[in-house]
Amino acid sequence: MHPAAHPHPDELKALAEKSRAVKLLPNADRGGPATPLLSVTGLTKHFPLARGAVVRAVDGVDFTVKKGETLGVVGESGCGKSTTARLIMQLLDQDAGEMLFDGELVGGLELPLKEYRRQAQMVFQDSYASLNPRMTIEASVAFGPQVHGLSKNNAITRARDLLAKVGLDPARFAGRYPHELSGGQRQRVNIARALALSPRLLILDESVSALDKSVEAQVLNLLLDLREAFDLTYVFISHDLNVVRFMSDRVMVMYLGEIVEIGPVETLYAAPAHPYTRALLAAMPSMDPDRRTEEAPLAGDPPNPINPPPGCRFHPRCPFAEALCCAVRPELSPVGEDGRQVACHINTPGARHSKAPPALEIIP
Amino acid sequence: MSAATLPPVAASPGYWAGVLTRFSREKLAIAAGIVILLIILAAIFADVIAPADPSKASMLRRLKPLGTPGYPLGSDELGRDMLSRLIFGARLSLFMGLVPVFIAFVIGSLIGISAGFFGGRFNTLVMRTVDIFYAFPSVLLAIALSGALGAGITNSILSLTIVFIPPIARIAESVTAQVRGMDYVDAARASGAGSWLIIRAQVVGNVIGPVFVYATSLISVAMILASGLSFLGLGVKPPTPEWGLMLNTLRTAIYVQPIVAVLPGAAIFITSIAFNILSDGLRSAMEVKS
Repeated sequence: MHPAAHPHPDELKALAEKSRAVKLLPNADRGGPATPLLSVTGLTKHFPLARGAVVRAVDGVDFTVKKGETLGVVGESGCGKSTTARLIMQLLDQDAGEMLFDGELVGGLELPLKEYRRQAQMVFQDSYASLNPRMTIEASVAFGPQVHGLSKNNAITRARDLLAKVGLDPARFAGRYPHELSGGQRQRVNIARALALSPRLLILDESVSALDKSVEAQVLNLLLDLREAFDLTYVFISHDLNVVRFMSDRVMVMYLGEIVEIGPVETLYAAPAHPYTRALLAAMPSMDPDRRTEEAPLAGDPPNPINPPPGCRFHPRCPFAEALCCAVRPELSPVGEDGRQVACHINTPGARHSKAPPALEIIP
Repeated sequence: MSAATLPPVAASPGYWAGVLTRFSREKLAIAAGIVILLIILAAIFADVIAPADPSKASMLRRLKPLGTPGYPLGSDELGRDMLSRLIFGARLSLFMGLVPVFIAFVIGSLIGISAGFFGGRFNTLVMRTVDIFYAFPSVLLAIALSGALGAGITNSILSLTIVFIPPIARIAESVTAQVRGMDYVDAARASGAGSWLIIRAQVVGNVIGPVFVYATSLISVAMILASGLSFLGLGVKPPTPEWGLMLNTLRTAIYVQPIVAVLPGAAIFITSIAFNILSDGLRSAMEVKS
């Protein structure tokens, strides 16, 4: 059209837009490799009910997510996994506690919420409800980049690029609506949407739980590939213990809004320290018919989080519960050599529990 | 063109293109649309197509039956040509039906969507205020407002608008509250979008369909209420042709010339049914999941 020697003004504009597009990408490692990507302290969320009752959905949770790792989060339904995810994503406001993202306070001056939300993204469980039924999938993926200042054309280009990366041919899928896709395809779209802002942290809240097994395996492999390719850190929430083992580097076990145990996946699965973790892992169906589960490892439902039991919240169902457990809440404290932390009196040296190891001798 | 530096981006068919395709399959709704279009055209070109002067009375030719030479649809109680009066009456009737509903649709949607989206105390405050208006029967409220404001077309439109805002706001609020709980709204929030952008880009498109369909169903109510106001001397005044007013002035002739007397009612009926069918067709065309 314009055989001029210098770039056409429109071309310059496009180049400028491209450089803006690149500006969306830099993810400078600000805190250095040793700083955890996410460090959560005292995170608390209580939902008020009528007549002054509160649901203690998440009750003082401390944990860190290291750069490049996958932290698995497991627990029964109602234990606060999803509330934790929404708190991390700041879709809910915490009642107490704070989060440091790469050493910077989330929502503080150095890391305002909008910028944090660019670096942390989430994939929801319900693949259909998490896509706007009236938007084509490329428009859904392109929405985030447009919010952060990319032009529509660049955002669409980026969306198509990402759709290709998650295994959906843009020529075939870009213009489709969510109801025209299968569950697995929709979840790929949701992953592409989450990646559209080049985040560093991806929260996967039961993201594969609604998929059938073969599709689930494909999406899990895709997630592993993407973690390599985009240098991502995952918080992987699931009730499926096998899937968590497959995906995670470390595992965090939650019970009634609290962390009961956290540690490296292999050693934790091999030797769970908390009685609840032990019961949870014992409930996993074994492939060996000689090792079938003969009796239920745990009886009853978890107590109501509206009125959690005093002391250790697990004591009403715990086979080792003693008077101490009913009265004193055990702190999450380091156990063993593998960086494990457990909240149980049995593992606390010097606790007044009959199974607790003797107190460490303090030399004056 | 900046396309030179970008990979070719084929335009995907937009949402409204899809709506059009789906609407083209709704035969009944298209027929209703044609009926409405014809009525609107007749109203616009009333001067051209009406066979007679709608206010020319004749004491000798009162209440003639259908098919009387010179009076294809008969004549009214003052001997005026019914066909011409019906054609001219469409102007005001449509105007009184469409304008209040349209204004109420815009204002009611704004109120309902913001109340539904922001929730909490704001929602309580707004929706309870709306409920106060909603508690009155619509006819009573329209009459009270018109009476307070004074007679006239403008005041009738104003009072009808106020009557229709509460029900539209309530529908908009309840649909918005559902949409707000969807994960895609959370996902948009997670991508850093502010509330107004989320409302504009993610909420409005999913809320406006049902609200629009409901609003079109109010057009017929507006036409009937407007004619009621005219009857009470609060709206249009004789001899201006308006369907509701005609229906009221002809009601004494129901035993003499029943078919002629119900013609304005039939016009209101056909128009409102056509609007309802059209809105129904639009709703299913706007429904993405088939």
